[in-house]
Amino acid sequence: MPQYAVLIYAGDAPGDLEMHDRHAAELSGSGRLAAAFALADGSTATSIRGAGITDGPFAESKEVIAGFYVIDASDLDEALAIAGRNPAVRQGGGVEIRAVAGGFVRPPAHG
Amino acid sequence: MLATTVRVTRDVEVAEECVQDAYAAALTAWRENGVPANPAAWLITASRRRALDVLRRERVLRTKLALLARPDEEAAEPEDPADAVPDERLRLIFMCCHPALAPEVRPALTLRLVCGLSTAEIAQAFLVSEPAMAARLTRAKKKITAARIPLRVPEPAELPERLGGVLGVIHLLFTTGHSAPAGRDLIRTDLTGPALHLARTLADLMPGEPEIRGLLALLLVTEARRDTRVGDDGKLVRLDRQDRSRWDRAAIAEADGLIVGALRARRPGRYVLEAAIAALHAQAPSFEETDWPQILTLYDALSRVWPSPVVTLNRAVALAEVHGPEPALAEVERLELGGRLSGYRYLPAVQADLLRRLGRNAEAAHAYRQALDLTGNETERAYLTERLAEAEPPDAEAVAGPPLGHSSCGTVRLTSRLR
Repeated sequence: MPQYAVLIYAGDAPGDLEMHDRHAAELSGSGRLAAAFALADGSTATSIRGAGITDGPFAESKEVIAGFYVIDASDLDEALAIAGRNPAVRQGGGVEIRAVAGGFVRPPAHG
Repeated sequence: MLATTVRVTRDVEVAEECVQDAYAAALTAWRENGVPANPAAWLITASRRRALDVLRRERVLRTKLALLARPDEEAAEPEDPADAVPDERLRLIFMCCHPALAPEVRPALTLRLVCGLSTAEIAQAFLVSEPAMAARLTRAKKKITAARIPLRVPEPAELPERLGGVLGVIHLLFTTGHSAPAGRDLIRTDLTGPALHLARTLADLMPGEPEIRGLLALLLVTEARRDTRVGDDGKLVRLDRQDRSRWDRAAIAEADGLIVGALRARRPGRYVLEAAIAALHAQAPSFEETDWPQILTLYDALSRVWPSPVVTLNRAVALAEVHGPEPALAEVERLELGGRLSGYRYLPAVQADLLRRLGRNAEAAHAYRQALDLTGNETERAYLTERLAEAEPPDAEAVAGPPLGHSSCGTVRLTSRLR
């Protein structure tokens, strides 16, 4: 089954976290979730371009990637149907869907 | 289960993937609707269906997408067996008009993959260079493959929205050919033909959809007037001067049959209402006998289901016939201030006609010049130039001819204009 990465762009208003938790529970219960990561606040992002290291997110916009997850979906329509239920879509932000071209996950080491 | 699937795919790896997909689908479906009476049969069926989908998709992508990689070929290739299956065409139409593809590539992709036009023909139709069109199609191909845009008719839940996209593409193809934004000819049958064909195909395959019938009816009625829109001298003939005896009555009657059924729907949609308006024009024995009050009522309904500045502009034309040019001009001026139609060549053209009817010739001349600046179609330019000459006060100083305008392709347009 192909996999799709769903990048969650949060608007600049703080969203309702409870809705995101409910959505996460629903998603993991559906058996479609392969991996999910929440990221530290976008204002703490650092970018590297040809010109060197800069403070801030790579794309200059009001929205920043708040996190991303990887789902199993047989095609784009199915991926869009699953990703479209993300609360960010209705909280002034949105999601970007990209097919996964390859991947590797090593669980965080404990120590 | 795997054995059954391998018989379909002839490939163990693909079959394994289909079996996995079937289990995943079962997880979702059974949670929602309960476990079926015969789970094993359910899984085998799901797995086989998935396998057939994969096979079909691969075959189509192999045969169809290969066309996008060969932009240099001249003639349309012979229909391949996939086209013999009507459902296949339907799936292909939905794939080409998928919302994940850039809107500007959807009509081109549909012409290439569904209608079999060559890249050169499509480039010519959309007034871009062939390399530019080839690049656009190649990009689309890449997106279809990488993102796995599916080759299937959408689920009932997503159908209304997706169908709107498909109808929009067909409508755009037709209107671009109906009044070409640029070039020598007003009408481009190389675009109106495929659009009509697509609308008919869609109506045959999805007979239960009133909006499809509405679109087909709209195109039929518009096409019925085709031969009278340009005179033997190559000049544009306005609706009030067109020879109604030469309109295609059979096409108008067919459209009427489509509309009557569709209008009974509880809330007729955009295309049904547009078709009804066009049909009222077509059924009037003469321009003077046009049922303008009824047309105005239909425009009011259209404004409710599809509020858009283009509808407001066309409604103003009907308003002028029912209540006079004064209130209609006020509407058009409000539109102009709104700015959403800036660059739309028919706004100053309608405005100019209304100003002339009010005897405000100097202002009318100014508006005709604005319209001239916005159209690149020679037939339309000739018409506007004549109107301008009529509006020019005889004692006015000679004005230089307007610069040749560049109009953008692709504005939505209705058919019941004053021309």
